Amino acid sequence: MHQHSRTGVNDFAVKLANVNGTGSASANGLLMQAIFRMGIPVSGKNLFPSNIQGLPTWYEIRVNKNRYTARALEYDLMVAMNAQTYARDIREVRSGGYVLYDSSWPLERSLWRDDVNFLPIPLAEMCNSRFHDARERTLMKNISYAGALVAFLGIDMQIVEGLLAEKFAGKKTLRESNRDALRIGYEYAVKHFACPLPFHLERMDANRDKILIDGNTAAALGCLYAGATVAAWYPITPSTSVMDAFRRFCEKYRRDPDTGRNNYLILQAEDELAAVGMVIGACWNGARAFTATSGPGISLMNELLGLAYYSEIPAVLIDVQRVGPSTGMPTRTQQADLMECAYASHGDTKHILLFPANPAECFEFAVKSFDLAERFQTPVIMLSDLDIGMNDWVVPQLTWDDSYRPDRGRILSEADLQKLPAFYRYSNEDENHVTPRTLPGVHAKGAYVTRGSGHNKLGGYTEAPEEYQQVLDRLARKQKAAANAVPSPKISSGRNAIGVVTIGGCDPAVREALDLLAERGIDADYMRICGFPFHKSIEEFLYAHDICFIVEQNRDAQLRSLLVLETCVPKDRLRSVLVYGGFPLSARSVVDSITRQLPV
Amino acid sequence: MPSIVKPVARHPSLQKNELGLTIRDYEGSMSTLCAGCGHDSITAAIIRALWEIAMPPHMLAKMSGIGCSSKTPAYFASGAHGFNSAHGRMPAITTGAAAANRDITYIGVSGDGDSLSIGLGHMCHAIRRNVRMVYIIENNGVYGLTKGQFSASADVGSKSKRGEANQVLPIDPVTLALSIGASFVARGFSGDKERLVPILKAAFAHRGLALVDVISPCVTFNDHSGSTKSYLYTRQNELKAAEADFVPLQTEIVAAIREQGVTAVTMHDGSIVRFRSVPQEYDPTDRQKVMNYLLEKQGSGEIVTGLLFVDETISSLHEQNNTSETPLSQVPYGELCPGALELEQLQHEFK
Repeated sequence: MHQHSRTGVNDFAVKLANVNGTGSASANGLLMQAIFRMGIPVSGKNLFPSNIQGLPTWYEIRVNKNRYTARALEYDLMVAMNAQTYARDIREVRSGGYVLYDSSWPLERSLWRDDVNFLPIPLAEMCNSRFHDARERTLMKNISYAGALVAFLGIDMQIVEGLLAEKFAGKKTLRESNRDALRIGYEYAVKHFACPLPFHLERMDANRDKILIDGNTAAALGCLYAGATVAAWYPITPSTSVMDAFRRFCEKYRRDPDTGRNNYLILQAEDELAAVGMVIGACWNGARAFTATSGPGISLMNELLGLAYYSEIPAVLIDVQRVGPSTGMPTRTQQADLMECAYASHGDTKHILLFPANPAECFEFAVKSFDLAERFQTPVIMLSDLDIGMNDWVVPQLTWDDSYRPDRGRILSEADLQKLPAFYRYSNEDENHVTPRTLPGVHAKGAYVTRGSGHNKLGGYTEAPEEYQQVLDRLARKQKAAANAVPSPKISSGRNAIGVVTIGGCDPAVREALDLLAERGIDADYMRICGFPFHKSIEEFLYAHDICFIVEQNRDAQLRSLLVLETCVPKDRLRSVLVYGGFPLSARSVVDSITRQLPV
Repeated sequence: MPSIVKPVARHPSLQKNELGLTIRDYEGSMSTLCAGCGHDSITAAIIRALWEIAMPPHMLAKMSGIGCSSKTPAYFASGAHGFNSAHGRMPAITTGAAAANRDITYIGVSGDGDSLSIGLGHMCHAIRRNVRMVYIIENNGVYGLTKGQFSASADVGSKSKRGEANQVLPIDPVTLALSIGASFVARGFSGDKERLVPILKAAFAHRGLALVDVISPCVTFNDHSGSTKSYLYTRQNELKAAEADFVPLQTEIVAAIREQGVTAVTMHDGSIVRFRSVPQEYDPTDRQKVMNYLLEKQGSGEIVTGLLFVDETISSLHEQNNTSETPLSQVPYGELCPGALELEQLQHEFK
């Protein structure tokens, strides 16, 4: 055993290397949830392949008492359960760190590292003698390494057993198998090694009023609470769990208790062209409707986004971004749909975008998306990403204000129409440059033909330049007004010369990076952009700093491009920090890039 | 869709339907299609059918995509909302609209380019879902607005205006629809409005998607000799089978359906479709037999018209999804939002 181990109470990172499809997710989830219940800030990042079974998959758990929960790049403990990736996994452990491996088979001498402590446990051997079914043996091996970690990290065994009891309530055999597997790993660790390790857990009280939730589930809850009744989608990673969760919530909350009928309809469309078409059709007809998709889906939806923009029909899209271009890497994260979404479709189009940074904002912004879409009668795209959408985050418990009423925007009722001498769809604009719309089935006086072809302010077909421009110019004014209605940027400013600007799920890594930079004597202000079109405070922030670093997860600096296009700030003030390999951002990448670019 | 407003002049003696509306009340703006276009005859048949079934105009939604056919919703029922959407996407948009409000009656007017090429997938899936709508294909075998390219329904050997013969196999919407489980399939001819009106009335009474393929010659680009979608060719090769009489619910029908040689089908809303001039052994409720008959006649170059197939037992989109009777767009928000207390409770799952 090596002695130069770091002691870190509630400050360390564990990486678990597994084979995809072996059931490791439940063991890893169990560990995360147990640490969360111990009141300690924790984050889990699932780095998984686009595969059902057989390829390597990793799960990273970072524990940090100071609430730094971005991805760590340095691992104190590697749980090496995949012989295919032993070499690189063992290489990744920090000097003085630990490697837990299954010693049922010998570890090749060439993989040995002198500066690392090995924790050999014959997991397979022990599980094979306790369990008989092949599948059960594989599954329980995972639970048994979780048991070893309970000992090594000082996880509260009672909490873990409590979790198993909840999970397998009414399934006695399963619960007992899991408990036995847990014990196998735990007892072996206690018997053969000094437990806990120098870095380990101690109970805290940081998670009172917090929940552990993924962004897709939270977004689905937002859609439920916003009153969405129609959802149309085409399955695509990493957005599928939005609709899975929406269906689950609807089954629970949207069945009329008296009639047994459903107050929702989920349409699995033939493709994304149809999915967004269905959403537009439903919103045109007065329902709140949405779709969930990812970049490839947005590419297909471009056509009808232009129709909805021009004919002024609300629609809500949730884009859970993944790595592009093309099929790209479906199970990896990126923020590379910004440009595509901002100006989706041919012709002069511009869309309202919202950028949640975590699951709590996925909930809040999903509700906001419906209000904005209906108030401005236009599509709203909420851009989440795989990191936010599919990983579990610790966020404040979601709250709801029962006085909330949906902002349906300007819709004329039967009584309104009866009073009107005549109705013209694109006339009578308000302070937001929105004109009232009518719904089918209300009154014949409200009838008009919705069209994506040239139209005038009366709603009639036109090919006359002035008439066409009149409508198009109002749409530009409307988008400008929307800048004041989207969530304003989150700014923390100490009047420093350097600003750091970011978006979405980069938030925790960038905030951690700012603290690390401050430790090195580099003070910087922070702005996180939450919506597009840009609120004027964004331009003000950029102007107030000599240099702004724009941190984003794409190759082409798309956020910076949007800032250059949509503000008057000189380009040379805006520097880029770009990390786009597909894994969640870490503070170290941000610090390294910023310090490299600063004059020494 | 350029349009010209029609002068409003109503003769006082014009007959009124049970809503007190005359047939003029179901008209729209003046057509800007070519003089003699088959589509205008279909528009006239739609107007007639809507008037006869006394459709409240504001309870109708007129859906279309892009193309000559898709312009026509402006030419009827000016008291109804219309949606002239994007090329081929009408079925998807209508599916969403129908999901949101099941109380509205939907009529989709499409063409062979719109439905058999760019929107083929959407059409097929709307049929599979059995969305309650009347789905008309104004089928002329040609792209009119872009001046005369063959469409996917052009027959092999059919000649373009410039004389070249089509070599690509056609897609027949009727047999295609039958093969994927369509619940109502008809084929009409724009040159025979009298037979089209009862088909449309039956289509409006149908519980799911009623596909009505209408051969509608393009007088400008596809009405010459050598074309298989011309007025002349269609008249010469039309085989009138399965002629339908539509008997609305409120009429006395008991005696009528006992008539000899008549097959009667009761529609979802209680009205009845009576089939006359049906060839022996043709059963409009037997998918297999209808398919065989159509393929046999297709092989001999005959264009079978009529209300070809009905199955009122196939569940519609809303039935499949057990959706509430109240249109989803009208369910009060209070019934949709579980509220603050429930949000707190449900988050135990995330602790």
